[in-house]
Amino acid sequence: MSKWDEEYFIEKGLLLTAISSIIIIALIIIFIFREGIPALQSAGVFNFLFGMDWAPTDGKYGIFPMIIGSLGITALSLLMAVPLGVLCAIFLAEIAPANMRKILNPTIQTLSGIPSVVYGFFGLVLLVPFMRTQFGGTGFSMFTASVILTVMILPIIVSVSEDALRSIPQEYKEASLALGATHWQTIKNVIFPAAIPGIITSIILGMGRAIGETLAIIMVAGNVVQIPNSIFDPVRALTSNIAIEMGYATGVHYNALFATGIILVFMIIVLLVIANYFHYKKKVTIGGGYL
Amino acid sequence: MEYRIEVENLNVYFDELHILKDVSLKIPKNAVTSLIGPSGCGKSTFIRTLNRMNDLISTFKMDGTVLLDGGDIYNPKVDVVDLRKKVGMVFQKPNPFPKSIFDNVAYGLRVHGINDKDILAQKVEESLKAAALWDEVENILEKSAMGLSGGQQQRLCIARTIAVEPEVILMDEPCSALDPISTTKIEDLIHKLKNDFTIIIVTHNMQQATRVSKHTAFFLHGEIVESGLTDKIFIEPEDKRTEDYITGRFG
Repeated sequence: MSKWDEEYFIEKGLLLTAISSIIIIALIIIFIFREGIPALQSAGVFNFLFGMDWAPTDGKYGIFPMIIGSLGITALSLLMAVPLGVLCAIFLAEIAPANMRKILNPTIQTLSGIPSVVYGFFGLVLLVPFMRTQFGGTGFSMFTASVILTVMILPIIVSVSEDALRSIPQEYKEASLALGATHWQTIKNVIFPAAIPGIITSIILGMGRAIGETLAIIMVAGNVVQIPNSIFDPVRALTSNIAIEMGYATGVHYNALFATGIILVFMIIVLLVIANYFHYKKKVTIGGGYL
Repeated sequence: MEYRIEVENLNVYFDELHILKDVSLKIPKNAVTSLIGPSGCGKSTFIRTLNRMNDLISTFKMDGTVLLDGGDIYNPKVDVVDLRKKVGMVFQKPNPFPKSIFDNVAYGLRVHGINDKDILAQKVEESLKAAALWDEVENILEKSAMGLSGGQQQRLCIARTIAVEPEVILMDEPCSALDPISTTKIEDLIHKLKNDFTIIIVTHNMQQATRVSKHTAFFLHGEIVESGLTDKIFIEPEDKRTEDYITGRFG
């Protein structure tokens, strides 16, 4: 085999592996659509998306409360995890002495390795009773689910943000210090703004995990299909809906669960597009070239 | 002669590595002093000792005294932030912040608490004029500094340094990444600035040392071999090693 042939086969082989992942995703999406679209047709897309009632036995398939549930849980957990995670990353990247970092970094990595069922179980046994005594109600709530999710997405936000902060050239830091800026002024005015694109990436990754999480949320969110009056009311997430009912759903009900999946996929795509837009916009502003 | 900086018996170590050995040097006020010598001889380490930039390196250790206007800058009571305001620095590679041209120059003023818009605008203009950059950027002050050429970026870094009104400006091979035309502009600028500032410049370029500086110190293996008037060092050096270096026999 000539050298040229070898190159050819290696390149085509690599192309094949790259394409295979696209094919797998495409197949899954086609399948979800094939199974889900009948439900959207029978209920009507508008009624399905904005319907307030989910009562499969009466033929009512409205998922609006669950869209609110998913978005609410995700937003609330990001609200807690982003400030906590980013500040933690700043501490690790800039302030923590090397010894402390050697202990803290693996600890945070371990958090991301714990299976979600363990988090859910922990939440069920400890957090739910705590919430019940502190805030009343059953303890199963949007807030409880958000607290669990916060802990679950924290490691992603911390580690990706820390990498972003660390990758800022030392020259910026030296330039700022040489002008008589304090360490904190340097972090606030130079290092942090330059790291924003990477920090946004960390938030996107955390958000993706939060919106897709299923098991831990089922165990602590209460799963009542309703638009919550407060963050201490139980809610059901889109992911939970599929997992809870898939065991016994048949006919249109079965299709409606796949339709829920379609909506979930769309929501994630929309959120990713928005987040990527901000990521890109920020990069243009900060990186090379004119504003 | 009046001296701005007096260094006596300075020793610097990184871990066990003895970088500067018993260095003593007096830097005259409002004049340009060149530090020459082959790579790795300790010139950069020396000037980074003068604004305590080496403090950032955890393995840095030193003894000896460094006096600025008679005060020991390594005295524990010294405020490092205050010191660095008085001793500015221009780096080898132009390193403007990824901010607008205006914000780059205003940065130092803002961190020192000046927020009044009119004062900022006035100081930014003065500093850019002093750095001979104003005419080129007057209309693009809000554009990113990253879009400027290397030579313009380096003059911007000088403007940024002048803006906080230091007494001393340390320049660590400021022209090594620049083309000859930009280099000429920076050298002209150094001539202009020497009346108001004490300038210490590290350079690998012998001609540059003769062009810009009144005094020169020759570093070799962490020691100062010879120091004095630039003319004297380049025309009739006392030490054989100085002569070998400046005539290009090594280095």
